[in-house]
Amino acid sequence: MRRRNWFLFSALCFGFAFLYGPILSLIVYSFNESRLVTVWSGFSTRWYGELFRDPQIIDAALLSLRIAAVNATFAVALGTLAGLAVARFGRFRGRTLFTGMIAAPLVMPEVITGLSLLLLFVTLEAAVGWPSGRGVTTITIAHITFSMAYVAVIVQSRLSTMDASVEEAALDLGARPWKVFLVITLPIIAPALVAGWLLAFTLSLDDLVIASFVSGPGASTLPMVVFSKVRLGVSPDVNALATIIVGVVTLAVIVSGWLMIRSERRRERDVQAALADRS
Amino acid sequence: MTKWRKPDEVPFLRLEGVVKRFGDFAAVDGVSLDIYRKELFCLLGGSGCGKTTLLRMLAGFEQPTAGRIYLDGADITEAPPYERPINMMFQSYALFPHMSVESNVAFGLKQDGVARVEIRRRVAEALELVQLGPLAKRRPHQLSGGQRQRVALARCLVKRPKLLLLDEPLAALDKKLREHTQFELMNIQEEVGITFIVVTHDQEEAMSLSTRIAVMDRGQIAQVGTPTEIYEYPKSRFTANFIGSINFFDGKVARSEEGELTVTVPDLGRDLHVRSTRQLAIGSDVSVAVRPEKIVISRDPLDLPNSVRGKVRDLGYLGSVSVYRVELENGALIKVSAANTRHSAEREVDWDDEVYLGWRATSAVVLTE
Repeated sequence: MRRRNWFLFSALCFGFAFLYGPILSLIVYSFNESRLVTVWSGFSTRWYGELFRDPQIIDAALLSLRIAAVNATFAVALGTLAGLAVARFGRFRGRTLFTGMIAAPLVMPEVITGLSLLLLFVTLEAAVGWPSGRGVTTITIAHITFSMAYVAVIVQSRLSTMDASVEEAALDLGARPWKVFLVITLPIIAPALVAGWLLAFTLSLDDLVIASFVSGPGASTLPMVVFSKVRLGVSPDVNALATIIVGVVTLAVIVSGWLMIRSERRRERDVQAALADRS
Repeated sequence: MTKWRKPDEVPFLRLEGVVKRFGDFAAVDGVSLDIYRKELFCLLGGSGCGKTTLLRMLAGFEQPTAGRIYLDGADITEAPPYERPINMMFQSYALFPHMSVESNVAFGLKQDGVARVEIRRRVAEALELVQLGPLAKRRPHQLSGGQRQRVALARCLVKRPKLLLLDEPLAALDKKLREHTQFELMNIQEEVGITFIVVTHDQEEAMSLSTRIAVMDRGQIAQVGTPTEIYEYPKSRFTANFIGSINFFDGKVARSEEGELTVTVPDLGRDLHVRSTRQLAIGSDVSVAVRPEKIVISRDPLDLPNSVRGKVRDLGYLGSVSVYRVELENGALIKVSAANTRHSAEREVDWDDEVYLGWRATSAVVLTE
């Protein structure tokens, strides 16, 4: 018994070390005084200062955030419509094809998605003159095409677990279909939309491959800048940047977890109260 | 006399040859029905009999493949659900989870553009009717099942529809609450005077709730009538079997005179006498159907026009009544139920007793289908 516990315990430690060791060392070395990443010469926040004085990184970060936000918003709008079509319109002509095509971007290798989009943009420019050149617009469009697929899947699964008779009840009580969608369906699936938005935002912020394909001069996202900097050797300010990102993500996870636990507890309390005074 | 018996009463809701096909399958197959004002009408049937599809066509969620639906003289066959003066209470109640009880009830009035003061007054009134005034600010998940059901009811009633459809209104409640709610529903219906159509698979519920029942089978109406008519004079084996339990004796008509039929039952080796006004040809195939509680069971010979002998094979003690299964000489099993008028220790008939079974000529019905 004891031996098995030891085995499990060491497996746990090893697993955590494997996952978080690299990140931990990155955080530690972001506070290194030395320019050499692998040699510890003393504690300093010098690279954080350096980071914020580097216009290239700041610009790239702002650009990435902007693209991510625009992408997430469009992806939610389009993805919701696609998810709605699959979940609510019953059987229509080509439904199977449509469903399959929604899921395709999820499994398509990024290299192929990137390459095909690049070819599309080049052809379009030659044919109709839009988009003229490649840059922020093409990156945003490319990101929307693949992240809306994720949103569609999330929205569809939320809709299929939602009681459809709630929508019918609203129709029955005199609301027209578009009003039912706005006043009943949207508020009920709102959590799925928020989740979809956040996922689309993250996917866009994270993407290097597709952005590299469809980007043009003057439009470098944060992952592209970091990647090009690292190719010349890992510099300590990239460590600092990574540490900031890890910090933000950790904070977001903790806050959302706390909110979820709180609402779950409140819900449980409500249910208990309802059961206690049932009449 | 009740309204639906008056010959000159104009039907309030009229269904004419309504058919609904899903592909090759006819869920509703030629239903014609007249329902009158202030009725509490039950659509009764097993699962897949088409009762829910019929209800959904009345609400406007499904379009009939053929046939017309008229409400209060107007053809509503093609009207969308939001334009019908009909409201529906869903089996799942379908309350809006993101709105308070009050907003749920007010929703329908808001869609109609009713003035805000008026909405407040009518919502308060409706919540009062279902005794939910103090819980107006709660959300649906903060309510018990019975309370949710009452919110759903108030949400429909507040719109003062011409017709209220209830899809298995009591199915989600536990047994005690169901009985209580059943009477409450009847009282409310009487108070507001709205025509109710209830879909249910529970025959007891249908019997005790409704003014009339339509028994449905495979998309068609097997029989329409008051609970008494359906129970006492079933028209087919299906109806007879679906409502309560019943014993059948298959035979041929031997004699028909003065409203009484004599039926020869070869299995039994004797004739049965049934009072019936039906004109049946001598020699036609019929079934004689007798309800278990109409049969007298005794250890002594009975002085009744129909009497058979048998042996008690099974005895089910249900508290107020006992159910016997008696094996006749030819091997057929007959169900008999009798009120337990004595203490069980002084029970007259017991396992393996030789008994006589008898019933009056008026207690049985003749079925040809």
